[in-house]
Amino acid sequence: MSARDLTAQPWTEPGRGSGLLDVVRRRYLLKLLVRKELRVRYRGSVLGLAWSYVKPGVQYVVYFLALGIFLQQSRNIEDFPVYLFSGLVVVNVFTEAFGNATRAVVWNAPLVKKIFLPRELFPVASVWVAGVHFVPQLVVLLVGALLSGWRLEVLPVLGAVLATLIIAALATGLGLLFGSLNVVFRDMENFVDLTNMVVVWLSPVLYRWDQVTQVVPAWVGVLYQLNPITVAVELYHYAFWWPGTRDTPATALPPDLLVNSLVAVVIAAAVLVVGQLVFRRVEGRFAIDL
Amino acid sequence: MSVLPASAPASAGPTSRIVVDDVRMQFVLRHNRSLKELAMAAVRGKDLGNTFMALDGVSLNVDSGETVALLGHNGSGKSTLLKLISGVMHPTSGSVRLRGRIAGLIEVGAGFHPDLTGRENVYLNGAILGMDEAAIRARFDDIVAFSEIERFIDTEVKHYSSGMFLRLAFSVAVHTDPEIFLIDEILSVGDEPFQRKCLDRIRELKDEGRTLVVVSHDLNMVSDLCSRGVVLQHGNQVFDGSAADAVAHLRSL
Ligand SMILES: Nc1ncnc2c1ncn2[C@@H]1O[C@H](COP(=O)(O)OP(=O)(O)OP(=O)(O)O)[C@@H](O)[C@H]1O
Ligand SMILES: [Mg+2]
Repeated sequence: MSARDLTAQPWTEPGRGSGLLDVVRRRYLLKLLVRKELRVRYRGSVLGLAWSYVKPGVQYVVYFLALGIFLQQSRNIEDFPVYLFSGLVVVNVFTEAFGNATRAVVWNAPLVKKIFLPRELFPVASVWVAGVHFVPQLVVLLVGALLSGWRLEVLPVLGAVLATLIIAALATGLGLLFGSLNVVFRDMENFVDLTNMVVVWLSPVLYRWDQVTQVVPAWVGVLYQLNPITVAVELYHYAFWWPGTRDTPATALPPDLLVNSLVAVVIAAAVLVVGQLVFRRVEGRFAIDL
Repeated sequence: MSVLPASAPASAGPTSRIVVDDVRMQFVLRHNRSLKELAMAAVRGKDLGNTFMALDGVSLNVDSGETVALLGHNGSGKSTLLKLISGVMHPTSGSVRLRGRIAGLIEVGAGFHPDLTGRENVYLNGAILGMDEAAIRARFDDIVAFSEIERFIDTEVKHYSSGMFLRLAFSVAVHTDPEIFLIDEILSVGDEPFQRKCLDRIRELKDEGRTLVVVSHDLNMVSDLCSRGVVLQHGNQVFDGSAADAVAHLRSL
């Protein structure tokens, strides 16, 4: 066959894509990657996805006994079981998404080295998998809240949606940032594990926000409140715990929740942008270093 | 593959598919990774002694429908050049430009996962190679028939023999629909009858007017299959001409 005239076809540079936008374009592949990760995670496992109930369940019981009963937080905090669980689910989904996204590129080294794909697919798929594990926990939370007098209201539900978006953007952005750096410096995954260990203590999950702000300098209190994870946790309290407990004084939510939420949205969006930029910067090294 | 439009290369003709322009690829052979070594490198300035030029000023203009054999001894830079063309790596300097969709078969089965069944792997790899769901569904039966492993399609791939694995992987790859195929060392897959089938399929792709860049150490096969041969030696392009002459040149190196 003789060569065709291709003048009308545009030239492209191989290996240059449009980042997260390409992930949206290739969502069928994203879906299959998510399915693969779930399948691989539970290979040869009898309980399978049920592990995503068991693990947070055990963790919850431990925290409830140690903090709620032994340290008597359930006296300080009205309706402590719901309070604890609504904060824990947020921290769980964040730490799982962040930790896995950080390892995603390295895990998929054979693909990254041999076939060009929008590499953002891998961290995004990990975040998505964390989302899959999050759904059953959310269902359990909803049932628990209903039993404690929760009723559907528009604003709290919007708050939960906003919090979920904040967490998703934050975990994706941080996952892109640390996941790309992890290819060059494997120290990153250890660093992220360490961070994930303290996240639960740096937000009002196991205690009330004012138990922190009472004892730290004012500026630390402000920083503490602006932590996007703190904001997401408080929004979840607002969504699932507050509607059933608001009549008691001990239930006070932080006063600046609305402003803090807006700041958290800005921070999460900024982290996402920075993560994407750094990822694209470092991406050139992936196939060389892996 | 959705890639951004890029500037047209200077040396392109109206029928050019691939234009590689004065490409250099430099690797750092030993990575300074420990904190102590990093500090030492920072104090002494960047240590340039242990860098290595895997490709040193390679230029290549492949026309639509051409079948090019990329030849050279081990470590001469063939796979590196294919990786630059497929976009897996970016050149240290110089540029690569393409027109049309590309499938880089740098290694068969790169996207296969041992814990998934054959069927799941066909879908996953089809998607990885750029097919959408409808296209995979439409070609699924052809893919399985070509690989001749119908009975095992719902078995996990880790239980396949290595030949069966390669058959299925190759089968997915040659049922995608790109204009440019990059083929690295994959024609040695499978047993004799399957190899012949693969070659027939590759000839079909060629007759459909697709552009092929083939790396292989099977010199008789490439001189038979390809119209043009390029020889690399230590990252330098030392020959570009007919495939038969390229093979003769390589043998004389
Ligand atoms: N990521 C990398 N980091 C450092 N050096 C590399 C890297 N990839 C390739 N090289 C070096 O580049 C050179 C060319 O490698 P390449 O894989 O392109 O050879 P090849 O021509 O495909 O050889 P073969 O016939 O054995 O497949 C080799 O010396 C190799 O060590
Ligand atoms: Mg090679």
